[in-house]
Amino acid sequence: MGSNRLYGPLDPAPDAGWVHAPPRMGFFTDTSVCIGCKACEVACKEWNHVPDDGFDLLGRSYDNTGGLSANSWRHVAFIEQPGTPPDTAAERPGPQFLGMPQRDLPGRTPDAPRTDFRWLMMSNVCKHCTHAGCLDVCPTGSLFRTEFGTVVVQEDICNGCGYCIPACPYGVIDQRADDGRAWKCTLCYDRIGDGQTPACAKACPTESIQYGELDELRERAARRVTALHDQGVAEARLYGNDPDDGVGGDGAFFLLLDEPEVYGLPPDPVVSTRDLPAMWKQAGVAAAAMVASVLVAFATRRRP
Amino acid sequence: MVPPAQFRSYYGRPIVKAPVWRHDIAAYLFTGGLAAGSALLAAGGQATGRPALRRAGRLSALGALGASTYFLINDLGRPDRFHHMLRVAKPTSPMSMGTWILTAFGAAASTAAVAEAAPLLPTRGPLGPARRLLPPVGTAGGYGAAALAPALATYTAVLLADTATPSWHAAYPELPFVFAGSALASGAGVGLIAAPCAQAGPARRLAVLGAALELYGAHRVETTKGILSEPYAQGRPGRLLRAGRVLTALGVAGGLLGRRSRVVSALSGLSLLGASVLTRFGIFEGGVASARDPKYTVVPQRERLAQRRPEP
Repeated sequence: MGSNRLYGPLDPAPDAGWVHAPPRMGFFTDTSVCIGCKACEVACKEWNHVPDDGFDLLGRSYDNTGGLSANSWRHVAFIEQPGTPPDTAAERPGPQFLGMPQRDLPGRTPDAPRTDFRWLMMSNVCKHCTHAGCLDVCPTGSLFRTEFGTVVVQEDICNGCGYCIPACPYGVIDQRADDGRAWKCTLCYDRIGDGQTPACAKACPTESIQYGELDELRERAARRVTALHDQGVAEARLYGNDPDDGVGGDGAFFLLLDEPEVYGLPPDPVVSTRDLPAMWKQAGVAAAAMVASVLVAFATRRRP
Repeated sequence: MVPPAQFRSYYGRPIVKAPVWRHDIAAYLFTGGLAAGSALLAAGGQATGRPALRRAGRLSALGALGASTYFLINDLGRPDRFHHMLRVAKPTSPMSMGTWILTAFGAAASTAAVAEAAPLLPTRGPLGPARRLLPPVGTAGGYGAAALAPALATYTAVLLADTATPSWHAAYPELPFVFAGSALASGAGVGLIAAPCAQAGPARRLAVLGAALELYGAHRVETTKGILSEPYAQGRPGRLLRAGRVLTALGVAGGLLGRRSRVVSALSGLSLLGASVLTRFGIFEGGVASARDPKYTVVPQRERLAQRRPEP
């Protein structure tokens, strides 16, 4: 695994220098049982003292948070989809606003027609990637790898350079406007160090958010997908569980019922550091071209 | 006409976050390049006995360096914590590497610029030895700055490319050439403005070579990245890059044709400096635009997946 410092399967905590690291911990979020109650969002805010985002109704769906940000470390996505049989899932259009809430019961009057649709809900969170773009590019060492293999920002070190924000292939970490520093989910580093469950998983009433050792979660998730497939839910698939994916696998992965982009997730995220050696090489060639240009420009003899 | 891309998204909301960097960073890309180009011009002037190029290059490098430092610190969310950049040296972070390059370059370039003050010092008295010592120290500083200048000019390309910002990352093979060329052209611009026509020959040749590198790189970025070239061609980024190209062409043409006119040369120099500003802002804003639209994240990644798993 020594050659996988920038890309590929890796156990991140020992790679970061932790001796006798405990097992890697993570989240498995099973969206098929999410009821969109937002208990995770609230529990996260309360435990971590995350400030509110202001009152912002987006007017597109029942989602009034919009996405992960410096002040939303868990975000419950609400996707309203016209219902279609699973076998035509590929042609199913993206999310759309269904015109709710309405003044009357669905189907009772023409104003409130009954439509066939489904709601997809997903509690999104920082992925705690094996190869974390944010961590790789942080110039202050403020972002660090914990003994549990998770990624945490040291807020007394962060100087708000903002590099981690475009470096995240999932668009998770963000700058808090009135504070200038970067913030994101810590996987409740303070709780898990004491053997407790992170606040969101603790508050989840349906066990949609499951916390535990990553290896065990991966086995549990595989069994759940098989069970769903057996029940005829052919569109169930795992996202972020594969150690061979572009970020070396996520510490927080998901069971989805549609394509990742429908939930606002990238379909094939790759950590940008994978190309870093090639980037420096190109920069070296360009730098050499600069030197050559200067030599050529000054090579001719000075006119008397 | 390319048909509109078919893709799905979460209510059209962006997937990756656009950089929170303000225009300070775009301005830094220019001033950093200008500092590098000027330092190279100064070193050339130093080596070939062209004092006007040396002096202009050293002073311009110092000025650009000061502006760079201001822009970098001003853009931080917590400017008072700037020094935290200097607590680690991290090879996986282009910003960390760049901070160290800029620091080392700054020390060398400042020494070289301060040495230009030697003729102003009195020959006798306590400052007399300084008057004699400064020029050789300045020579060492000038060559030191020139040695670091290519890294200073090109690391910023790696800085932008090492992100999930779609159009920056896709441009990683050519972005260093755009920035290297733009830095040389802006250094040549300083030479055309400051040097008498008799000494400005190398600046003219440097302008041609720099412009060629920059135009080659920008052309590749704008045409070979498929859908990810779009943000560089449309809207404000497109207008900035096109205007930059026109100014580059004017600057090169003026530099070559106005060989005997101080005024035409100076205007060409200004034009090259303006071109470098516009190019940097165009590249910066093109990347930001690509992050704001989920299309540029989803469509290329879908294509990549389709290529990896061919239809059975």
